[in-house]
Amino acid sequence: MTEYAIDVHGLNKHFGDKHVVKDLSLRVRRGEIFGFLGPNGSGKTTSIRMMCGLLTPDSGSGQCLGHDLSDSDAIKRKVGYMTQKFSYWDDLTIRENLDFVARMYQMPRRREAVDRTLEGLGLTSRAKQLTGALSGGWKQRLALAACMLHEPQLLLLDEPTAGVDPSARRDFWEELHRLAAQGISVLVSTHYMDEAERCHKLAYIAYGRLLAQGTADEVIASQSLATWAVAGTRLAELSQLLHGQPGVAQTVVFGGALHVSGPDGALLEATLRRITAGQPVTLTQVATGLEDVFIYLMNQSADNYAVPA
Amino acid sequence: MSRWFSLARWWSMVLKEFLQLRRDRITFGMIIGLPLVQLTLFGFAINTDPRHLPTAVVAGEHSEFTRSYLAALQNSDYFQIIGTLPDQAAATQALVQGKVQFVVHIPPDFSRRLVRGEHPSLLVEADATDPAATGMALAALGQLAQTAAHKDLNGPLAALQPAPPAFDVTVHRLYNPEGNTQFNVVPGLMGVILTMTMVMMTGLAMTRERERGTMENLLATPVRPLEVMSGKIIPYVAIGLVQSTIILLAARYVFHVPIVGNVGTIYLAALLFVAANLTVGITLSSLAQNQLQAMQLTMFYFLPNLLLSGFMFPFRGMPGWAQFIGNLLPLTHFNRLIRGILLKGSGLVELWPSIWPLLLFTTVVMGIAVKFYRRTLD
Repeated sequence: MTEYAIDVHGLNKHFGDKHVVKDLSLRVRRGEIFGFLGPNGSGKTTSIRMMCGLLTPDSGSGQCLGHDLSDSDAIKRKVGYMTQKFSYWDDLTIRENLDFVARMYQMPRRREAVDRTLEGLGLTSRAKQLTGALSGGWKQRLALAACMLHEPQLLLLDEPTAGVDPSARRDFWEELHRLAAQGISVLVSTHYMDEAERCHKLAYIAYGRLLAQGTADEVIASQSLATWAVAGTRLAELSQLLHGQPGVAQTVVFGGALHVSGPDGALLEATLRRITAGQPVTLTQVATGLEDVFIYLMNQSADNYAVPA
Repeated sequence: MSRWFSLARWWSMVLKEFLQLRRDRITFGMIIGLPLVQLTLFGFAINTDPRHLPTAVVAGEHSEFTRSYLAALQNSDYFQIIGTLPDQAAATQALVQGKVQFVVHIPPDFSRRLVRGEHPSLLVEADATDPAATGMALAALGQLAQTAAHKDLNGPLAALQPAPPAFDVTVHRLYNPEGNTQFNVVPGLMGVILTMTMVMMTGLAMTRERERGTMENLLATPVRPLEVMSGKIIPYVAIGLVQSTIILLAARYVFHVPIVGNVGTIYLAALLFVAANLTVGITLSSLAQNQLQAMQLTMFYFLPNLLLSGFMFPFRGMPGWAQFIGNLLPLTHFNRLIRGILLKGSGLVELWPSIWPLLLFTTVVMGIAVKFYRRTLD
């Protein structure tokens, strides 16, 4: 029993001449919910697929639940993978889908397990409905239940809550925490900040490169950004004005306030005071949030990416 | 064992395919409908020995001899005299416009010259753009002249009768004495229909998984390539046998094709042929990215099978290189098998030359299919 559910080093993946994942190293502890964040097309899905053996990395090594990445058969048995797009069979009934999955993993008491799952989902009465007729939220719950059916030790969830309403999302995350408490490890990719904050650990990936990793606090601290909230009127104009000024890395509107962040706190404060002098605004230094950091990371990597390596 | 091939997983693949097939009404309808429609269309429509071809006469004279020759033409069933035309110009126009297939020219002094023993000529012009349409009728012409002459040249004219040839040739048309096209076409249709449906269905079955994204799910489970492929094949083997049965029943009771050989041998041949086509379908589906491409590849595979297998055109009429290609196609061998069994009553020993190529084909293509099956999404 190794300490890590996922422990990979220097994974690389190319599609044609596109370098999709660059030197990815990642460690997920057992029983940990690990959030995987990054903009669209940043390589999250590719990374997840490499970890469950659906894609072979071009280089790099690692293990998943104690099995080498090349031993994808062994990994597949112990991992539950929920695809980004619903990937169960629309023209099978709910029960047939679950039954098929149970048979694929050769579960000893298949019927029992399927019944239990149906009951857990509250779908017993609808078991004979075609899966294609389910709503998005139900499909997502079914997909999670189906990939949990064979009692995996590690869940790989690829944007599981995309397009799901907030209350269903909250239920979903409660379920994830319950599973984690039972010792199941979870790697989950998401675009939602509230979900990121519910993860034990986070990794931020952009343009195939892992930019930050750790707990939410660690990720925030790692970028050592100073952030000021500017409250007042005509914030959009101010935002334009601040753009490109010394010490200002980014401006983001949060509700009624403008968050201005930069790596050099003193310089940022000086600039802010100079520009806003005489204007009817109030300046307050605030704690840098996860979202500030992510937007900062994304902008930084976009700049880096524009320069040919 | 269970690491490489698990019966339980394989069976669950089979079950899943059957369930999905059962709910896919259109596909299901096609499985039964396609053989029926094709049988009706081609079985009744195709005739390589056309009769009652429209014929016009440019008559320079009317005499007993010419009437009797025209009657002989009419009685042969090949020619249907639809009228007379005034002159050569009208004849040419009728041929160009395609109103008639043949024009018979009778010169004005035909009877006089015939009686004088000058061996006059009748001219028959044929629209020979399609050799198959005119060939049989033209071959009958010479014989008809003899028959007519035999009837009319008697009494004092008997001297003009042609001398009998030095020796006779006796022809036995074996296996299909009446030259019934349907006896050849209907068994051939069995292979054509099986090729079409088997290759297309399996091709679609695999690419559908990829197109709908369910392939990713399948790949994430411990299922092995051979289990997926063979599991997907089995329902179609059953379908192939159902289609074969439909065609055999129609052959026997609608087209009255003689079934001389053993029915068990027919099914054995059908099974082998179905297997060959399914491996092709699986291979094509590994190459195709989506269902549309799978359809296109199916047509690409289907056309040479249709044209070079001896189903449509005589196999021996093709040049050597085309026969070589034809011999690589399973339909060529199946046509020989099924016609051999049905019409000639051949057994396994006589059929072996057509059986081993099918076995070899299936093995090689299955190997290619397994090699190309993508275990991953790369």
